[in-house]
Amino acid sequence: MVPLSNYLVLGGILFCLSMAGIFLNRKNIIIILMSIELMLLAVNMNFIAFSHYHGDTAGQIFVFFILTVAAAEAAIGLAILVVLFRNRNTINVEDIDTLKG
Amino acid sequence: MPNIYLAIALSPLVGAIVAGLFGKSIGRTGAHWVTTVSVAISFVLSVVVFKHVFADGGYYNASVYTWLVSDGIKFEIGFLIDQLTATMMIVVTFVSLMVHIYTIGYMHDDSGYQRFFSYISLFTFSMLMLVMSNNFMQLFFGWEAVGLVSYLLIGFWFKKETAIYANMKAFLVNRVGDFGFLLGIAAVLMYFGSLDYVTVFAAAPDMVGKTMQIIPGSDWSIMTVMCILLFIGAMGKSAQVPLHVWLPDSMEGPTPISALIHAATMVTAGIFMVARMSPLFEFSETALSFVLVIGAITAFFMGLLGLVQNDIKRVVAYSTLSQLGYMTVALGASAYAAGIFHLGTHAFFKALLFLGAGSVIIAMHHDQDIRNMGGLRKYMPITWITFLIGSLALIGAPGFSGFFSKDSIIEAVHASNLPGSDFAYLCVLGGVFITALYSFRMYFLVFHGKERMDEHTRAHLHESPAVVTVPLIMLAIPSVIIGYILVDDMAFGSYFGKSIFVLPQHDVLGQLSKDFHGPMGMITHALTQAPLWLAFGGVATAWFLYMKRPDIPEKIKNSATMGYKVLTEHYYFDKAYSYVFAGGSLGIGRFFWTVGDEKLIDGLMVNGTAKSIGWFSSIIRNFQTGYLYHYAFVMIIGLSVMLGWIVFN
Amino acid sequence: MGIELILFYIFAVILIFASTMVVIVRNPVFAVLFLVLAFFTSSVLWIMLEAEFLAITLVLVYVGAVMVLFLFVVMMLDINLAPLKEGFIKYLPVGVLVGFIIAVEIILVVGPGNFGLDKVADPVGHAADYSNTKELGRVLYTKYMYPFEIAAVILLVAIIAAISLTLRKGRQTKYIKPEDQVSVRKEDRIRIVKMKSGE
Repeated sequence: MVPLSNYLVLGGILFCLSMAGIFLNRKNIIIILMSIELMLLAVNMNFIAFSHYHGDTAGQIFVFFILTVAAAEAAIGLAILVVLFRNRNTINVEDIDTLKG
Repeated sequence: MPNIYLAIALSPLVGAIVAGLFGKSIGRTGAHWVTTVSVAISFVLSVVVFKHVFADGGYYNASVYTWLVSDGIKFEIGFLIDQLTATMMIVVTFVSLMVHIYTIGYMHDDSGYQRFFSYISLFTFSMLMLVMSNNFMQLFFGWEAVGLVSYLLIGFWFKKETAIYANMKAFLVNRVGDFGFLLGIAAVLMYFGSLDYVTVFAAAPDMVGKTMQIIPGSDWSIMTVMCILLFIGAMGKSAQVPLHVWLPDSMEGPTPISALIHAATMVTAGIFMVARMSPLFEFSETALSFVLVIGAITAFFMGLLGLVQNDIKRVVAYSTLSQLGYMTVALGASAYAAGIFHLGTHAFFKALLFLGAGSVIIAMHHDQDIRNMGGLRKYMPITWITFLIGSLALIGAPGFSGFFSKDSIIEAVHASNLPGSDFAYLCVLGGVFITALYSFRMYFLVFHGKERMDEHTRAHLHESPAVVTVPLIMLAIPSVIIGYILVDDMAFGSYFGKSIFVLPQHDVLGQLSKDFHGPMGMITHALTQAPLWLAFGGVATAWFLYMKRPDIPEKIKNSATMGYKVLTEHYYFDKAYSYVFAGGSLGIGRFFWTVGDEKLIDGLMVNGTAKSIGWFSSIIRNFQTGYLYHYAFVMIIGLSVMLGWIVFN
Repeated sequence: MGIELILFYIFAVILIFASTMVVIVRNPVFAVLFLVLAFFTSSVLWIMLEAEFLAITLVLVYVGAVMVLFLFVVMMLDINLAPLKEGFIKYLPVGVLVGFIIAVEIILVVGPGNFGLDKVADPVGHAADYSNTKELGRVLYTKYMYPFEIAAVILLVAIIAAISLTLRKGRQTKYIKPEDQVSVRKEDRIRIVKMKSGE
């Protein structure tokens, strides 16, 4: 008899960890991308938990779409990463600051 | 008849359009033929209308086209044909026709030949629209249109800097007058609710005694305010003090223009307008008094300026100012008929004088300084004799047209008992002497005495061609006879019928007509009166000063430097205007430029906006590091704050 | 404490451990491997939540494809690792603090107080013949038809984007221009020459 709150708290902790990961690994863009995957995982966890406890498949459909978009995002993100590395020979986030106003 | 009226007005317009737009393709000859013929058509049809009005008692008042209707007020184009209009149409078309013919000779070598003909035909159209109008809207249209053409023609030689300044000046000064005129028309529309002459005039008696408050607390008579505002328009167009300053400068234009526009027709538009508005002016003695005094000042003091001018056209120009003053005085004294009578005679003899002056200028190779002339009598006999006729008519020599019209005015002013009429009487009497003096000063200096021009010019002196002399002769004939023929009817009879309205208590001409015994009687009567002897005194003085003892004027000039200076500076009107108005507006402009534009708009609003945005963003840009983790961090802060808000609410 | 709860805690601890390692390990290759572990563990948890299809998809698609892609990229790129971990210790306190604050806040919101067993009851399990895949498919191809197709398009776009981003045009590459092919006219292709017959 696992309460719903356990899954939600687990998702929250996962989310905070990945957030801290983005924050701590401020140099390595690959880790940042992986942290984003983790964040999506945390969110998916919540969706599925709610779907199960409310008996509604809509949550699982949502996860389905998130997985789709996340796969697309990972593919494009990695492609950009490859191009970036090819052109600038670095994946250090601190070298990528052309957005600076 | 309406088709004839339309043809009269539109025929010069067609001529102007053809000559103006297709001038290149029809050539110089084509341009002067098409315009001259179109004006000739107008003239002939005007004669037909004249006969219709006077012989058959014709009268026409109707609209031919409704331009727009707004809130029940109609803006229409229409014609009011009565005695006054018919007379003006004859004067305008006849002088215009003469000027067209004269121009063929005068502008012969000018590169803007077609343009010039297009303009003067356009002018004829505008002036006809003005005089034939039956409502204030169309009057204003004609008023502005003649002003526009006047502007174009003063600056006809647009490569000459002085001409450009002169036309700008004429335009600006006329705007001042037009502003008053427009306000006057607005007042008419506001209080009468109509722009139609007949409607307004019929309602005028009811408006007497009503007041308006322009400044709260003070009651002003509506009629007085309205009439004075309308008269301000006339002051601008007819060059009355203090809005006269543009007319002498307008002599920068070609001489035919000076004759047509700035002597015979356009400047008399103001006179015509006041005469047309006589049913309004009659109900305000204050306005009449104002008109009287302004006219008197113009008549005397502008004549005085003519004494010190050396440019032949400027002498005639100041004489025009002075004569316009006479007409205005007549209007002020309620002798509208005498004013229009003088307008008619003056149109002929002043056009004659201008065209004569133009003929002299052609002969002198465009040297206009009378100090370089002299003895021209034997070289150009026709110009000489016609010029002499014009001068005699101008000073009012008995029998000539000017005599009858001017004497009627002087007598009318004498008989008037409006406030200011005594002053006006003195001014017009003095004006007679002055007129004779400057006219014959010019006449003697130009046609008699030593030949002061250089050898080269003298060798080429000869009479002008027929296109110049024929108009001179054609104009000289009415200058002599028209007064004799018309004085009985026009000044003292019922020539104008109902078109001019005079209250019984103002009817000075009516009183005078009791003592009037035909034109011959007027001549014999004049022999015992002051004006005639003043005129002869003026001629004699001119002969003595400029023929007998030419050294005396020099001495007077040297001894009375103060007075001479005041006169050569035109009473400092120009200086005062350029100091007060031009300087003032420059000052205001500079103030708005430096404070309003540079500091307020540029500095505070435009650059200030940019600066404050720049300042703000110089702070904000610190957040914009370009580093991904900073953005993420800011998002996280936002998330935690939002969550905190949810948790603790 | 039931068996389910024990299993949950075991896998939850593994999941948290794996995610922490993803964040803190020095070598990205290890980070990817720990991420794979995290995905596996979540997949187990999802199966406990009766979301079998998604759990299997997570393993097949994510671990099998996306993670391999990650691993591939990480190994392919010749990355100097030393500077990438700079400042980790320096920012550790701040990172931990912020993470902790948010974790506390999230737990306060979604914790047992709001979503405990007394608030949301544990649902009754499905019957033995219940198919999660069938159920999902039924909903997906009826109610969520359009989103499903849009998702397909998004995936297609992602494929094209990834290819075109990384495609390197060689000098000898031969390719055609469709617009030129469409707008071709017969005058460009054929020339009619007039000749006298019999020559």
